[in-house]
Amino acid sequence: MSRKRPVEEYEKSFAFRFKRWMSGEKDPFIGEVEMHPQAEPEDPEAAFRFVEEKEYREPARMRIDAKASTIYSRGYIVMSIIVCLALVAILSLAVSHLPSIGDAANPTNNEVGKRYIEQGLQETGSINIVTGMILTYRAFDTFGETTVLFIATCCVMMLIMVENEEKRKKLKLDDFGLEPLDDPILKIVARFLCPIIFMFGIYVVLNGHLSPGGGFSGGSIIGAGMILHAAAFGFPTTQKFFNEHIYVIIKVSALMCYGLIAIYFFYTGANGLPSIFPKGIPGAILSGGIILPIDICVGTEVACTIYAFYALFRRGGL
Amino acid sequence: MEILNWIRFILAAVLITAGLVFYAIQFIGVFRFQYILTRMHAAAIGDTLGMGLVLLGTTLIYGFSMASLKVVIILAFMWFTSPVCSHLLAKLEVLSQRHRDDRCPVVKAEDIGKMHENAEQEKEAEA
Repeated sequence: MSRKRPVEEYEKSFAFRFKRWMSGEKDPFIGEVEMHPQAEPEDPEAAFRFVEEKEYREPARMRIDAKASTIYSRGYIVMSIIVCLALVAILSLAVSHLPSIGDAANPTNNEVGKRYIEQGLQETGSINIVTGMILTYRAFDTFGETTVLFIATCCVMMLIMVENEEKRKKLKLDDFGLEPLDDPILKIVARFLCPIIFMFGIYVVLNGHLSPGGGFSGGSIIGAGMILHAAAFGFPTTQKFFNEHIYVIIKVSALMCYGLIAIYFFYTGANGLPSIFPKGIPGAILSGGIILPIDICVGTEVACTIYAFYALFRRGGL
Repeated sequence: MEILNWIRFILAAVLITAGLVFYAIQFIGVFRFQYILTRMHAAAIGDTLGMGLVLLGTTLIYGFSMASLKVVIILAFMWFTSPVCSHLLAKLEVLSQRHRDDRCPVVKAEDIGKMHENAEQEKEAEA
C-alpha cells in the first residue's frame, strides 16, 4: 500500500527541488547569490612591463622626510642591537637550563630508546638504527610523510602548471633568455658530475640500512643531479628520460608500492605470520627486511618531488 | 710519539684557525661591498682558501683513514664546482644588469695611460 501525497507537499520537498536542479529546469543559486560575468583574461605583456628604476625610486625619495628618516634609521639600529642582545640572552638562558649530556636521569633515556638500541638489530635487521626505526617501527608515520610530498606536488601542479600550448608561448615559458643554456663550461662540468651525483644518490638509497642516509637524503641527491642536468643541457634533453608521462607512472607506482608493502608488513607482523622479506645477515646489502624496498620507493618519490618543484617553478610544466 | 701527536694537533689547529680567519674576512667583505661582482670576489676567499685550510686541518687530525679520504673528496668537489657557480653568476649579472657600466666602469687597456695623465694634470691644476 503506497500513500499518495498531494502535489503541493511534493513541490515543497527536497526531492522535487533536487530533480528540477538535476534536469536543469531551475538553478537554485539564481536570484539568491550575487553573480558577476567572468573576468577578461589578463594580458601577460602588461603584467611583465619593465619599469625603469627611476620610475619607482624617485617618487619614494620625494615622499621621504629627511629628518624623520634619520631618526628612523638610528632607531632601527638601536632596536636591532637590543633585539639581538635579547635573543642572545634568551638563548643562553635556555641552553643553561638544558640537562647535561649523558646524564642517566635525562627524560630522553626512557624505555623506548632503550628498546630501539637493544632490540633494534634483531627486530629490524638493519645496522643503521635510525633507518630501522623510521621505516619499520614508524613505517606508518613515514608513509604519511611520503604522501605529504605527493600531495604537495599535486597542489603545485594544479596551481601553476600551464598545459595550453598557445598560453605557454604567450607567457614565454620556454624562452630561456638569460639562462646559461649553451654554456660550454657548465656543460663540460655537468657531463663529468651528473653520473657521479646519480651514482652517489643511488648508493645512499641502497645503503640506507647499512650507513647514514636512506630514502630521503638519497632521493634529494638524485633530484639535485636531475636539476643540474636540466640546467646544463636544457629541458628537452631531460625530457627524453623524464617527462610528464614517466613522472606520473613513477610517482604513483612508488607510493602504491610503499603502501602495499607497509600493509603487508603490518598484517604479517600483527598476526605473527612469516614474511616474504627475509631479515638476512646484518651487514649484507640484501638484508633488513622491508627497509630496502621502502627506501627505494621513498627515494624515487623524493627525487621526483624535488625535480618537479624545480621544473614547475621554472617553466610551469615538467 | 707523544710529541709527534702534539705537533700534528697544533698544526691542524693552526690550519683550522687560519681557515676560520679567511671565512671571517669573506663575511666582512660580503657585507661591506655593495655591488655583486665585488661581493663575489670576497666570497671566493672563503670558498677556496677558507674551506681548503679547514678541511686540510681536519685531514691532519684524522690521519690516513677513510674519513680523511672523504674529506679530500669533498674538497675536490667543492673546488671543482664553486668556480663554475661564480662563472654562471657573473655571466648572468653581465647579461642582465642594464646599468652595469655605471656601477662597474670598465676601462680599456689602452686608456689606462691616458687616465694617469689626466689625473696628474688635474693635480697640477689644483696646485
